[in-house]
Amino acid sequence: MTDRKFAPVWATLFIFLMLYGAGAYHYAGFRDLLVLSNLLTDNAFLIVAGIGMTFVILSGGIDMSVGAMIALVGVLMGTMLNDYGYHPLTAIAIALLFSMIAGTFVGILVAVFGLQPFVVTLVAMFLYRGIAYLINLNSVPVSHPFLTMLSDIYFPLPGRGGVSIIVLVTGLLLVLGVVLAHQTRFGMNVYAVGGDRKVAYLMGLPVIPTVIYVYALSGLFSGIAGVIFTLYTGAAYPLAAIGVELDVITAVVMGGAMLTGGVGLVVGTFLGCLVLGIIQTLIAFDGTLNSGWTKVAIAGFLLLFLLLQKGSVRFLVRGYPDQAD
Amino acid sequence: MKTTWLIAFWLLLVSVSTLLEPDFLTIRIVNGRFFGSLIDILHHSAPAILVSLSMALVIGTGNIDLSVGAIIAIAGSVTAVLAAYSQLSPYLILACSLGVGLICGLWNALLVAVLGLPSFVATLILMVSGRGIAQIITDGQVVTFDSDFINGLGNGHLWGIPSRVLIMGAFVLFMVVFIRKTALGLFIEAIGANTRASYLAGVNTLGIVVFVYLFSGVSAALSGVLLAADIQGADAANMGLWIELDAILAVVMAGASLFGGRMSLLGAVMGVLIIQTLTSMLLISGFPAQYSLVIKALVVITLIIAQSESVGQKLSRLLPRQLSRRWCPQKPREEL
Repeated sequence: MTDRKFAPVWATLFIFLMLYGAGAYHYAGFRDLLVLSNLLTDNAFLIVAGIGMTFVILSGGIDMSVGAMIALVGVLMGTMLNDYGYHPLTAIAIALLFSMIAGTFVGILVAVFGLQPFVVTLVAMFLYRGIAYLINLNSVPVSHPFLTMLSDIYFPLPGRGGVSIIVLVTGLLLVLGVVLAHQTRFGMNVYAVGGDRKVAYLMGLPVIPTVIYVYALSGLFSGIAGVIFTLYTGAAYPLAAIGVELDVITAVVMGGAMLTGGVGLVVGTFLGCLVLGIIQTLIAFDGTLNSGWTKVAIAGFLLLFLLLQKGSVRFLVRGYPDQAD
Repeated sequence: MKTTWLIAFWLLLVSVSTLLEPDFLTIRIVNGRFFGSLIDILHHSAPAILVSLSMALVIGTGNIDLSVGAIIAIAGSVTAVLAAYSQLSPYLILACSLGVGLICGLWNALLVAVLGLPSFVATLILMVSGRGIAQIITDGQVVTFDSDFINGLGNGHLWGIPSRVLIMGAFVLFMVVFIRKTALGLFIEAIGANTRASYLAGVNTLGIVVFVYLFSGVSAALSGVLLAADIQGADAANMGLWIELDAILAVVMAGASLFGGRMSLLGAVMGVLIIQTLTSMLLISGFPAQYSLVIKALVVITLIIAQSESVGQKLSRLLPRQLSRRWCPQKPREEL
């Protein structure tokens, strides 16, 4: 059973290596370590948001407000730095606190009021973007000596690649996510609630608090993704990161999580994000293809993955005749 | 029941707008055409109403269709490219665009009904790729065209009424008759409530889910043609962007459950009208435009919370028993 749990992750890893191999075969520049380190830096915000989304999807919910939260956190940071002269660390702390409280509210609406997660987070998405518009309609630069110092921290690797502070933070959060999912009581509760909510309730698990924590966690991780996105682009814009939630959901599904909840791994999401990233890199390396092909390719791999997953689920439930149909 | 509340809320919005702007209800005739805020609201909500009605059917079966915005982009791009670069007759162009919508619907139906993928991810595939396909069709350009017939669909008028409103009216009428006066609506809700039981009772579950997706594809394509006709061009990246989310919100506001089994056609229409009237009202009242998104979100969440079951149960405890039984039907508590 434990081996089967990892089967989708191996499939995603295989797709990633295949795509990387194809790139390395066709383009000499692709073999450079720089491509890999850029892949991590460019998709860091996606990976961080994906970790939060993985918990939401594991619990059987969904979070459509990720992209809007990324934009709102950026706008909040920009305003606090430029208009109020806060120190970046204070600004980041306030923004993250805000994102966690907002996530908690969403969680309360889902868990206590019993509203459908898709609808609540959709309204939250409109609300966050609306608040971002209220604060600032323009794209403003986010710069501060402290932030410049942060982005100058860089650990060079052989070749031209290196590890930036963004990648380091992402790596730490990834480890944190894996530990949270598999080594803590909270993680077990999330799997149980997503697997069967009623059974979890009858077992005496704290269903409602767990669901609230899950959305608070997703809010916090989208907030961190927003900070990373702002550092990465150096600008705050209320229209930033539109539709990122769909990329994140795609990555989570590619990573082997099931939208019905209870099945999935944080590592899978990480690999799913890398597959999305490498498709973009490949299309960029080609240079002649219409950017529309990126989306078509991503959708193609998503379909391929779903079909593989469907096959493997059939295989898993074969032992239980009453479930097999 | 819930539709009554929505209509009451809409009338409230209209009265507030009339207080703010006494001309709100006036409909004038200029050059043989009707003009007025109400006509404007109907004109602007036509594409969303087309999409919301078919979304109500899809949600009624317990599925979802995230790809309607992408289908709008594809159908709009096909219309624009054919009208701009080919000599086809406009009727044939219209048929081609609707046909493309049918193919998109067939694709979704294949994934959901035949392969049995969860509808959320199955239609996510076309949602992600559809805009890419539209960009490939238009080669990433904003394609503009000039065709009297198609232009007439978007901006023309017949008997003084904008053609878009006429098309929408015919569509709503057709839907109500076709879905509610035949057993189809019943079958759709039965599938949403319990697919397996409906199948065992002899309902053609596969056929009806396929039909619902085909219908959604075609009505999204029609909406795409109207939107392309409106600006006489197609912008693959932005046409119908997020219309699926608006449609889902409208359907849910009407009291439908995303788990299926319940739907309200009139409610979906009212949901779209409420959002559009609210937008117009905010514009009239001189609110800065950037406030509108926040206010819309707050109104929608209030409506949804007010309809939620746990709130309904708390309310029912406050009301006299006879009233509460009528207004707040209780559901068994076991559905945690």
